Amino acid sequence: MAVIPLERKTLSLAERTYVPQILSGLKTTFKRLLKPAETMEYPEQRPAIPPGYRGVPTLVRDPHGREKCVSCQLCEFVCPPKAIRITPGEVPEGSGREHVEKGPQAFDIDMLRCIYCGLCQEVCPEEAIFLQNQYSMTGYTREEMVNHKDRLYELGGTLPDAHFKWDKKKVAAEHGNAH
Amino acid sequence: MIDFWSSLHPVVQGLIKGLAVIMVIFPLAGACSMAERKVSAWMQGRPGPNRAIVPWFAWIPFVGTFLQRLGVFHLMADGAKFLFKEEPVPGHVNKLYFALAPAIAMMPALTTVTVVPFGAYFNSAGEAIPLVLANVDVGLLAVFAVSSLGVYSLILAGWASNSKYPFLGGVRASAQLISYELSMTLSVIPVFLWINAPGTPGTMSLAKVVEFQSLPGFWGGTWFVFLMPLSAFIFLVSLFAETNRQPFDMPESEADLVGGFHTEYGAFKWSLFFVAEYSHMIVGSGVFTLLFFGGWNPLPWLPLADLVGWLHHATHAAWTLHPLFVGVLSLGIFLGKVVALIFIFMWVRWTVPRFRYDQVMKLGWQKLLPLAIANLIFYALAIALIQKSA
Repeated sequence: MAVIPLERKTLSLAERTYVPQILSGLKTTFKRLLKPAETMEYPEQRPAIPPGYRGVPTLVRDPHGREKCVSCQLCEFVCPPKAIRITPGEVPEGSGREHVEKGPQAFDIDMLRCIYCGLCQEVCPEEAIFLQNQYSMTGYTREEMVNHKDRLYELGGTLPDAHFKWDKKKVAAEHGNAH
Repeated sequence: MIDFWSSLHPVVQGLIKGLAVIMVIFPLAGACSMAERKVSAWMQGRPGPNRAIVPWFAWIPFVGTFLQRLGVFHLMADGAKFLFKEEPVPGHVNKLYFALAPAIAMMPALTTVTVVPFGAYFNSAGEAIPLVLANVDVGLLAVFAVSSLGVYSLILAGWASNSKYPFLGGVRASAQLISYELSMTLSVIPVFLWINAPGTPGTMSLAKVVEFQSLPGFWGGTWFVFLMPLSAFIFLVSLFAETNRQPFDMPESEADLVGGFHTEYGAFKWSLFFVAEYSHMIVGSGVFTLLFFGGWNPLPWLPLADLVGWLHHATHAAWTLHPLFVGVLSLGIFLGKVVALIFIFMWVRWTVPRFRYDQVMKLGWQKLLPLAIANLIFYALAIALIQKSA
């Protein structure tokens, strides 16, 4: 009983003229005509960005406005298209953050190379680099498409910090690094 | 005014009429292209062109925004673009015929308008005088004869372009347009058999057809679409084919022929083809309205004369009987019907997918033509019986 023969209906006269089908099609398109548009008028209307969206990579500051990046260069090494280039520098004496030792002198992300994979965010031990909601990058020259350090901080802004890792380290060092 | 007009030399009169045709048909065709873009957009769930605006219109509070959203200014921007952009002529074309083809496309498109009546007024004797640029007695015959010349422009364009896609487009255009012309002409013969009763002077005039649909009484006031629905249907289908509209979009068929006959064209020459196509649509819709939808009569069984009588009765104003008012009223009614038909053209375009070329040929020769002949024989017998007994 695997094969069940079904009756094959021949097309009726009305079906062979196509006229009822075309009329029902016309009904469908006319209903569509009366509905509001599905599209978004882009520059004025922006799409809602879902959580976890991977936009342009940015550098963030901690809630005290301090630079989080310690220029360990893990992101530079992990970056598959080699879009990131970091010139490490030292944290100057007398800034109160000498114990951090290093900070980026220059931090460039070439957005013509970036593939928005998010590996830099994943690898960062300092939670300093995040792919945020910015999705529209345009420019007239190649140079404009390279995000320098100041631009990266401008795009990134400040994100909440749960750890304040370097503050804890400083306190621990002052107490002689017990245990 | 009338005296001044009739004192003019016939050539000057003709020139003014010709200019009037160009001044009216060009913007109308442009408006149709805009309407096409808007209707397409709405049917596809998008807003359509709605950005361009002339600065001083932006200062008008609601009207300016409304016109902008309607895309009215895109029409002007498009027109200006077509006029001023560079006109490339490919090196491999036959230059004379390449330039000639769009001009030949325009000629029949603009000429047919002159014999189509677009309104009527009543003289002091109460007779309806049609508003028409050239009130020739051959009427519909002239429309058919001249509009079928339009196919030569497509063939010429396809051939002069000297490349494969335009050539195929031109060949398809010639085959399709000639096939459907037969059914189209056969489908309207019953109408003229009916209005040319024995003993009356014979006519092919479109105004006469409308006059027959404005007669008093049940049978007199019936629009011919109710008397001869099959004729109207065949005429409408052939009209889609004759104006190269989807689903009979063979000469262009952008899916398989790039752009068909106008692949090698650009700028103003290209836009001339499109103005010609849209004016064919306007004239075709006008002829269809006159033949089957009662011309300038507002509703079935409600002739224009009755409407004017009611208006006069309701307002007691003398201006309701003025020929100018009646003329504008009838023109408005007629144009309303034409616009509705053009909307149907666009509506069908986004509903029915394009036929394959062999399907187009099969439909034309094996379905529509026998149907049109059977329809003709049926109505010829019926009309003979009715008019003999009457």
